[in-house]
This record gives sequence, structure tokens and C-alpha cells, in this order.
Amino acid sequence: MTGAPSLGGLAATFSTMSLFAIGGANAALPEIHRVAVTLNHWLTEQQFADAFAIAQLSPGPNVLIVTLIGYQAAGLAGALVATVGMCGPSATLAYVVSRLLGRAGQSPWPAIIQAALVPLSIGLMAASGLILALGSDRSVAAMVLTATVAVLAAVTRVNPLWLLLAGGVLGFAGVV
Amino acid sequence: MALIDAPDREAGGAAAPAAPGLGELFVAFAKMSLAGFGGVLVWARRAIVEQHRWMTAEEFNETFALCHFLPGPNIVNLSVVFGSRFRGIPGAIAAFAGLLGPPVVIVTTLAVLYAHYGELDTLRRILAGVSYAAIGLLFAVVFKMLMPLLRKRDPVAIGLLAAVFVAVGVLRLPMPYVLAVAVPLSIGATYLLRRRTA
Repeated sequence: MTGAPSLGGLAATFSTMSLFAIGGANAALPEIHRVAVTLNHWLTEQQFADAFAIAQLSPGPNVLIVTLIGYQAAGLAGALVATVGMCGPSATLAYVVSRLLGRAGQSPWPAIIQAALVPLSIGLMAASGLILALGSDRSVAAMVLTATVAVLAAVTRVNPLWLLLAGGVLGFAGVV
Repeated sequence: MALIDAPDREAGGAAAPAAPGLGELFVAFAKMSLAGFGGVLVWARRAIVEQHRWMTAEEFNETFALCHFLPGPNIVNLSVVFGSRFRGIPGAIAAFAGLLGPPVVIVTTLAVLYAHYGELDTLRRILAGVSYAAIGLLFAVVFKMLMPLLRKRDPVAIGLLAAVFVAVGVLRLPMPYVLAVAVPLSIGATYLLRRRTA
């Protein structure tokens, strides 16, 4: 928590990021991490991992990790500015594009662009996983837990919340 | 109810539902958001398509596809596009506020608690355990999205995916620069491939 940012700076940072978040909030995590941890030191590596955990445990869209980062960086106003900054510009764009497409008729371009963006957003999400894992997975037990949850969530239909809570219990018990 | 801004929905359908009002939009999106631990999309689909019948499954898929290819959190985009379809800009704002307002209050409360008690050893251990599991969930999503792509054996898409992963995840290059190169490349390649197969 060095160098408290100005609210204007926070707004500019997250508004820009909003328009680059192709594939949703989890695809934007590497950039959020780079700006908030590496570049500006608003949070430590530890606090970033915690913010990710808290955001996953909370109801609502995953994007709310930016609310936590905004709070850590600049208090209550920071939380609000980061949230609106991250969601506002892309939401406005979505509104405008949906209005335009309503009149455009049968253009092949939305399908082409969508197909072209899918591999990029998967690559970004994989990068998010790597960056978060390198930042927090330190022990062998932690890596085993991460791998086990990944496999369970990929091949079963168990509610993700149970897996998060199981992680919390194992952490509390001092296993990981 | 004659001047509803929903051109796709002609009167006369057996279950033609009334367009939601502003308050209804706010409450509906607040409910799906608060139910959405680990993702709101499932609940949004359930509420919009099954419970309220505001959209057919096809309409929902088309709307979601649009929101998915645009930048930003998909579900936030969906709230705005959905709200505006029924009630214009005020509808967009009502759905947006419903989706984000209540969970932001909750998350901010957690942020305050974390700032006070984040250093407590017990909390440290619990959060660490949760975050290891949460990273696992993220990898599972990546895996699920990756499978159809691997099955198609599209070397361009897989190559671009790997390049983006290395550039952003390993080399830690700024995402805007990486995307400035990767997005046009991918769109160009997809366009050419489709023209060849068409």
C-alpha cells in the first residue's frame, strides 16, 4: 500500500482496462495484477491473492475484485470509482453496439469477431491462473489442492462454492 | 403496454409476458446477482428465460453471444443490453444498478473487515486455502473452454492462444499491446479461414 493513487488516476486506469477486458473479468486479471501490484504497488502479492479469494467467495459478478482493489488503494471512494470505472465504459459500448446491431441485419462480422476472440480470452485466462498460482501457491500441499479442485470442477458438477469452502476449511486446519 | 420497445416479440404468443418495469428490472437483477456465487450467468439464464419468460432460450443465447464478444464483464453487459431492450436507458441503468449495487455493498463491507483483520493468522490461513481452491476453479474454466478448441484442431487458434498465454502470463507484457497485435491477427486469420471453407 505505497503511493495512494488519486481517484482520477484510478478512474482512468480502470476505464481503460474495461475496454481491454476481452472475455470478461478473469481475462483482465493479468493486466489488473500488472497495474495494481507490479507497477503501482497498491497491493502486495498476498493482498491480491486474498482479494481474488474474497471476490470468488462473494455473491455477484467476479469483476467485483476491482471493488476490493479500489478500496485497498483509496478507501471507500476508491472502491466505488474502480467499480464504476471497470464496468461503465464497456457497458456503454455494449448498449451502443446492441442498438446498432439491431438495425444492421445479417452481417457475418459479429460471428467472425467472436470466433476470433475466443482463443485470445482463453489464453488470457490461462495467464491469470499462472500469475495467481505463482503469486500464492507456495507449498506442495497448496499445489495439490489447486490441482484437485481444478480436476473436480472440470469433471463433476459439484457447486464451486463447496470447493471454495473446502479450501477454507483445509486452510483453517493448517493442512495447506 | 402498447409501446414496449421489444420489436422481436409480437403480441399473440401464448405466453407473451409483460415487459418488466424499472423496479422489477432492479429487483430481478439484484436477486440473480446475490444468488450468483461463483458466477451469475446460470442464475441470469434461469430468471430471464425460465422464471420470468422475458426472453426465449434463443434470444438469450444471441444476447449473451453479443455481450461475450464485447469487452468488459459479460454479465454486466448483459444487464445493460437486456434492460435497455425493454425500458431504454432508464431500464439499462436499473438493471445495471440491481446487478452491481447490492453485491458492491457486501464486497465493500468485506474489504473493510479485511483491512482491519487481514493480518489475523486464522483469517490468513482460511483465505490462503480459499485462494488455492479459487485458482483451481479458474484452471477448470480454462480447461472446459479449451476442449472444444483442441477437438477442432485449429492450429491458428491454438497458436494464438499459446502466444497470448506466453506473452501475458510468462513474459508479463502489457495486455493492451499484446491485444493490439493479437486481435487483428486473429480476426484476419478467422476471416481468411472461413472464406476458404465457405
